[in-house]
Amino acid sequence: MSFIEAKQLVREFFRRDEEGNIEGVQVALDHVDLNVEQGQFISILGHNGSGKSTLAKHINALLSASEGTLYVDGKDTADPMNQLAIRQSAGMVFQNPDNQIIASVVEEDVGFGPENIGVPSDEIWQRVEYALKSVGMWKYRTHSPNKLSGGQKQRVAIAGVMAMEPKCIILDEPTAMLDPNGRKEVIRVAHELNEKKGVTIILITHYMEEVVGSDRVFVMDHGKVVLSGTPREVFSQVDVLQKYRLAVPQATKLAWELQQAGLAIPSGILDREELLEALKACR
Amino acid sequence: MSIKLENVTYQYSPDTAYAITALDHVNLELRDGEFIGIIGHTGSGKSTLVQHLNGLLKATEGVIYYNGQNIYDKDYDLKDLRTQVGMVFQYPEHQLFETTVFEDVKFGPKNQGLDDKEATLRAYEALEKVHFPTDYFDQSPFDLSGGQKRRAAIAGVLAMKPAVLILDEPTAGLDPKGRDEILDMIAEMHKKSGNTVILVSHSMEDVANYVDRIIVMNDARVAFDGAPKEVFRHYKELETMGLAAPEVTYIMQELQAAGFPVSVDATTIQEAKEEILKVFR
Repeated sequence: MSFIEAKQLVREFFRRDEEGNIEGVQVALDHVDLNVEQGQFISILGHNGSGKSTLAKHINALLSASEGTLYVDGKDTADPMNQLAIRQSAGMVFQNPDNQIIASVVEEDVGFGPENIGVPSDEIWQRVEYALKSVGMWKYRTHSPNKLSGGQKQRVAIAGVMAMEPKCIILDEPTAMLDPNGRKEVIRVAHELNEKKGVTIILITHYMEEVVGSDRVFVMDHGKVVLSGTPREVFSQVDVLQKYRLAVPQATKLAWELQQAGLAIPSGILDREELLEALKACR
Repeated sequence: MSIKLENVTYQYSPDTAYAITALDHVNLELRDGEFIGIIGHTGSGKSTLVQHLNGLLKATEGVIYYNGQNIYDKDYDLKDLRTQVGMVFQYPEHQLFETTVFEDVKFGPKNQGLDDKEATLRAYEALEKVHFPTDYFDQSPFDLSGGQKRRAAIAGVLAMKPAVLILDEPTAGLDPKGRDEILDMIAEMHKKSGNTVILVSHSMEDVANYVDRIIVMNDARVAFDGAPKEVFRHYKELETMGLAAPEVTYIMQELQAAGFPVSVDATTIQEAKEEILKVFR
């Protein structure tokens, strides 16, 4: 069994009038099939309202499905008895770092999660150290979170999830509010946790550049997974992505434009090194 | 007609141990009809700067002139200034509150003291400007998609007919198509009305694609001020400030280093494409 296994997952939201009668139904997830293996780095793309965040909230049992099944780490998310265990094995980081940090000192914030589930004190400190070192924020452990930059705050939020020793971290647009450096920091840390600690990463983003290093990319539209594959496979389809209100990384776009203009450049260029090589070969 | 800042300094918590200088003797002239981008890392002072332009923050030192008048003069009408200089904050949809989109957009002009008929007209005009679909005028603003909420919120500010429009990261959290739509809409409006538009952004690509002038804030000071091409020529210095140039600028630099006879000035994909194709023709 895969680490995450969704079969024909459906989620509907109902809009009700004042008496509670159902006025309208919105299908946020429409028969989604999805498998993620332990240790993979996965990205999910899709326009606003395509169902990405709804899917993510199912993976750590914040929402439950209307139809279909979803197993996380071998556990059925529909069973309320499994919810706490699932939330520990699949942690979530949200868009706005300021909404997720609660303590006035960095190390206390990171220790809050394990303390809350009754981890013994000694072990809490071990976990805090491990988590803060994993995201490169150990030297800020006694700082106040509100004096940190956006990228640093977001790394503290990730450390807070790491202290729960999750097998999987879901990052829901973690870089939407950050400047270019902060964005790079957060994505680098996500890749490090994936490579060095073997944490399964699920990254939801609107920045196409951040997706390039993933093992697999899923594209969602109207609650369905409409495209999936390696970044190269997905970004080769520039016009298809545009139809889904998405884009491709700038280097990919430029390569595609040059190819359309008649240069012999292969499809699916992912970064500027590849573009440079392709242009040298054209010469 | 312009906004002029002379030696503007702003300190948070002045005269305490926690004093932070967010603006340090800033001198700027924002001329009428310009489309300006302000960039800078988090905490560089860009939001503090724009909050001075409509008098939300008062400079600790220095003077600001709006159309030649000192806005810190005793009898200066700050309320009027705030209707002249409209501000769209980050995540403006969080400020939607009325029962319908139309009522929400009408609130601003009504608050300015216009009668119902005039306010209705203004709301209609503003919603049209942001290409908001007529079918949704009477919907609750809370049932809209992210991009539509953002449009409705921007319309709410436009309905007050500001001469200067400031947008603080208007595209944060939107999908790529939504980003393009909002920015195209702003650019189109700027072109038609000739208003001054000030765009605060973290996206170098967006800034390169749309604005005529970039102001780079760093450590509470203006680090660079000029056309996108001039500013992005300093990409190495920008990196030390936690910023970057658009991806295509790096591509052009690398091509030149690899011996391609290209100019490195391109900042948009279109310009880069033309420049590269020249080599192969």
